[in-house]
Amino acid sequence: MDRFRMIFQYFQSNSESVMNGICGLLTLASIKMYTSIDFSCPCLPQYNMAYGLGIMFVPPIALFLCGLILNRQSLVMLEEWSRPQGCRKKDPAVIRYLCSSIMQRAMVAPAAWIIVTLLDGKCLICAFSGSMDPEKFVDFASASPVQVQQLLAKVPCKDEELMRNNTSRKAVSRYLRCWSQALGWSILLILIIAAFLARWLRPCFNQAALLQARHWSNYIDIEQKIFEETCCEHSRLFAHKCILHFFESMRQEVKLHSFSLSREGEGSEGDQALLRGITDQDQVNKLLKMWYYEKPPLDVSKATQR
Amino acid sequence: MDKFRMIFQFLQSNQESFMNGICGIMALASTQIYSAFDFNCPCLPHYNLAYGLGILLVPPFILFLLGFVLNNNISMLAEEWRRPQGQRGKDPAVLRYMFCSMAQRAMIAPVVWVSVTLLDGKCITCAFCTSVPVEILGNASHPSLSQGDMKRVLARIPCKEIYDGQELIANEVAIRYLRCISQALGWCFVLLMTMLAFLVRSLRPCFTQAAFLKSRYWSHYIDIERKLFDETCTEHARSFAKVCIQQFFEGMSTDLVAAHCHLPRKAPEDAGEATEKLLGITDWDTMNMALKSWHRCKPPLHLHTPALPSGNGWAGEGQPPVHRSVPQREMAAYYSWV
Repeated sequence: MDRFRMIFQYFQSNSESVMNGICGLLTLASIKMYTSIDFSCPCLPQYNMAYGLGIMFVPPIALFLCGLILNRQSLVMLEEWSRPQGCRKKDPAVIRYLCSSIMQRAMVAPAAWIIVTLLDGKCLICAFSGSMDPEKFVDFASASPVQVQQLLAKVPCKDEELMRNNTSRKAVSRYLRCWSQALGWSILLILIIAAFLARWLRPCFNQAALLQARHWSNYIDIEQKIFEETCCEHSRLFAHKCILHFFESMRQEVKLHSFSLSREGEGSEGDQALLRGITDQDQVNKLLKMWYYEKPPLDVSKATQR
Repeated sequence: MDKFRMIFQFLQSNQESFMNGICGIMALASTQIYSAFDFNCPCLPHYNLAYGLGILLVPPFILFLLGFVLNNNISMLAEEWRRPQGQRGKDPAVLRYMFCSMAQRAMIAPVVWVSVTLLDGKCITCAFCTSVPVEILGNASHPSLSQGDMKRVLARIPCKEIYDGQELIANEVAIRYLRCISQALGWCFVLLMTMLAFLVRSLRPCFTQAAFLKSRYWSHYIDIERKLFDETCTEHARSFAKVCIQQFFEGMSTDLVAAHCHLPRKAPEDAGEATEKLLGITDWDTMNMALKSWHRCKPPLHLHTPALPSGNGWAGEGQPPVHRSVPQREMAAYYSWV
């Protein structure tokens, strides 16, 4: 029992830290993915905006869903939400607490991706180079409207022969990167201030209800873990009884049909007990064959009554 | 029994995490294999598509099968599926649960391979370079080529060193275009897979939770029962072997007494347990004879024959028990696996 207690204390204290760890790993994975994927803007008028904004927003959605999938508490919350009331009342505060805690953790990796994207600047340059005002830049002001669109679309591609040493391209690029980085840092600042305020001001509002909701959400989590553990323990005992019952019924059959007297006391008591009356190659073969062809019924009531 | 209980609890609680660990390792292995693999587009019109799509689709299939092979539970599933009904009913829900959980884990590495391939872009570039829209991306001033020539030129797009169609369509433009399409496909694929996984995981508790708990319990039960049965059989085999060998030595000792017509010298009383363990074999010749006999004529797999003259050469058998339904056809004359 001590061992159980130790294990469950570990689970209880570390459930939060396991979730935090997964959250951190996912964030690191998102940053690594961004750096390892080769960003290549198509530099075509119709495709730039779709590509740039797509790279900025589609991976965060996938990361958010991943964060929800990998979080064990989301299953706990859904079960609690969808269960029939039965004899136990449902507390919406607990479900709300679980939901908000899951969402907060799942939002970290997408936020990291968006911020890294903005700080790097390539996505915004790709998406919005075509929307720049050509009048502000010398080389583009003199081109025809159709050409201007083509030229602006090629700004993100530094290696393009037209753009290689073009000062206006560098100007557009710098301008957009400046905006992108400003946006990135602002979002980071806002998020950190929001997190700071939420954490600092929380005790001022309804701390008792929060403590209750947190306690009961931990309780539901632990209750489910213990239920699974108990089911495992039960199925192990069930299997043990079933197999013993099977060996016993084989021994009965051998006794019934064999004509040779069995000599008791041969070898030690322990060995005799373990042999369970099966002392012959044919009997063993028969036992193994029976085990495959006719598994015993899932009913150990006779065994437990004995 | 305590030790067994600890081990089984560990295995049970960690079996899921063990299988998840294997999944993760296979996913990492697939990214590693992709980065180590030297992608070589053939740059020929009819071969590009086959090569590109082959690299995109064949390794995931192999990884999927490997995911099944590395999963220990596949034999358990096959056994449960094929066994005759007998006295225990078969529950198709349990089989479905086992198969689904194995298939879900086996799908992870292939999905990772396809995502990484699409996001990298080389495969799609190789496969579809001949389908690039030259009218939109190309130089309009270039004189038109025949279909075959055009395809041959476009097929060389992935191979920058031998590309000779710079006037037709710039190499960088085409590659950027194809890579953009490939990455868009890749991210859409990733989003689709994550959404599917999310839906499957989140809708299950809302609809079939009771049936799920039942299937999970019985699939764990089948696994534990199989392990416990193997353990019990191993214990039984150990005791069988121990008693068989003890009886062999005792049989030898009795034979010697009968053959040599002299009583074995009794050791002094205070030798105790050690003397008993010698089992009546106390000199060089006797031991050699015992060893030779063990090699030449192993005892029958039949413990205790109280009334019959036991020797080390008789290969008799007890009465085979009458069996109800399964006809017993095997002959008890093979000892080679002992």
